[in-house]
Amino acid sequence: MQENITLLQYFKRYFKRCITGPWSLMCGLSVSLKYFFDPRRIVTEQYPENRKTLRMHPRYRGRLEMIEDADGNNHCTACGMCERACPNASINVLSTKNIAGKKVLGRYVYHFASCTQCGLCVEACPFGAIRMNQDFEVATTDPNTLEMILNKKEGQG
Amino acid sequence: MFVPSITNPVGDFVREMVPRLAEYLPASIQSDTLNSIVAFLVNALICVIAVCAVNIGSAPILIYMERKVCAHVQCRLGPMRLGWHGTIQTIADVLKMLFKEVYAPSGADKLMFYLAPLIVLIAPFIVCALIPFGRDLVVADVSMGIPLIIAVNGFGVLGILLGGWSSNNKYSLLGALRSGAQMISYEISFTMILLFVVMISGSTNLMSITLGQEGTISDWWIFKIPVLGIIAFILFFISSTAEMNRAPFDIAEAEQELTGGYHTEYNGTPFAMFYLAEYIALVTNSALATTCFLGGFLPPCIGVAFVDNYLNMVPGVVWFFAKVFFMIWCYMMVRWTFVRPRVDQLMDFEWKFLLPVNLVLLIAGAAYIVVCG
Repeated sequence: MQENITLLQYFKRYFKRCITGPWSLMCGLSVSLKYFFDPRRIVTEQYPENRKTLRMHPRYRGRLEMIEDADGNNHCTACGMCERACPNASINVLSTKNIAGKKVLGRYVYHFASCTQCGLCVEACPFGAIRMNQDFEVATTDPNTLEMILNKKEGQG
Repeated sequence: MFVPSITNPVGDFVREMVPRLAEYLPASIQSDTLNSIVAFLVNALICVIAVCAVNIGSAPILIYMERKVCAHVQCRLGPMRLGWHGTIQTIADVLKMLFKEVYAPSGADKLMFYLAPLIVLIAPFIVCALIPFGRDLVVADVSMGIPLIIAVNGFGVLGILLGGWSSNNKYSLLGALRSGAQMISYEISFTMILLFVVMISGSTNLMSITLGQEGTISDWWIFKIPVLGIIAFILFFISSTAEMNRAPFDIAEAEQELTGGYHTEYNGTPFAMFYLAEYIALVTNSALATTCFLGGFLPPCIGVAFVDNYLNMVPGVVWFFAKVFFMIWCYMMVRWTFVRPRVDQLMDFEWKFLLPVNLVLLIAGAAYIVVCG
């Protein structure tokens, strides 16, 4: 730790620090004062009380769901990219053939119990057919409800 | 017999009532000496109860306040569930603490282990008895107030050292040794600032120090001596923070390095007593700052007669506690803003910065008194 500096340099540094030190402390104090007196900065949610008005952040990843229009049509082509991207095999894409003999989506089976909501399936999907929704109250007493079929209509597209 | 110098409505009432009640006693044991002794004992009991009420009553309020201030600085809400905005939360915490099993670790020195929290509590209680809360509200109006406070503050170091030493734990011992070094070092600055106050006020009695600031707001010691008063106040603030072992000078506890320092091995009631001592020390140090610099129980008059009349209508106790809570709020904002220095930085700060500045301040104060006073 010993540096070779002259006495003059030492005192120069000493007095410089006497000024810059308190200045930086005051800067820090001004920030915490600003936070203290501004209630709008509070980020804590009073969860059970404000359940009616609570809005999740858009980046929150809840349950997986299919993007469907009003008629129940989606963009899924049963390519199986999401199934391969899933790290813990929570997705089974069961394909079927339509009347024309083309491979289409049969049932999109989603095991919510093993899903970690990592979102890799959403990133892997080349057609933008799936997304994570904002549901956060997903606790259940019946494990059978965690096995779900995401598409409403079979054999389309 | 003991004749108090300060007349107090409560004390006078007791002294008046005791002879009147004594008339119902058989005539053979009635005497003026007995009456005065009984009156004195009753008054002493009232004083003890008052000091305990102020100290123990303020601790839960301060813990609640600390949690709220800390939460709002950190963009949180703090306790909100129990009672209105979590007001009953601290009482629940205290009850939990009191009903916990008390045990010492194996190999601990039992006597010292249980003695340490008691010794830590001595200092703040005695200091609290010396503080004038109002014109006629002071338990012990001793003429050597400031030296007594300085002497009694040593109990804090003793208790912490004992607690750390007797716990038979390396973290406790490290924390206690650090705390001993820190508190003894900062004691010097603390004492010197009080010496500065004694020098400019010309008295060591806390009551006459307070009454010396009578007048407008510019007569308070912080403003009466230009620049020097404010510097002295800031230095007092720094050294008393270190004296109390509060962040940013909490190297004695240092949760992140020492898992709590000297009170690592304590739980239940002894831990609660350490905690209590910490918060009572906060009150007494704020009260000391208020008495020495912010005019004590005197209202902040601004020199305009119309406003001053209204300010004077508010009792002194209210002003005193308003100032004390402002000081406590300042201590809390500092605690939740600044980072903790290393041990060597802390010692450097005391011996290379605070002490020289204090000496210069003392000389400047003396020069001011000689030139202008």
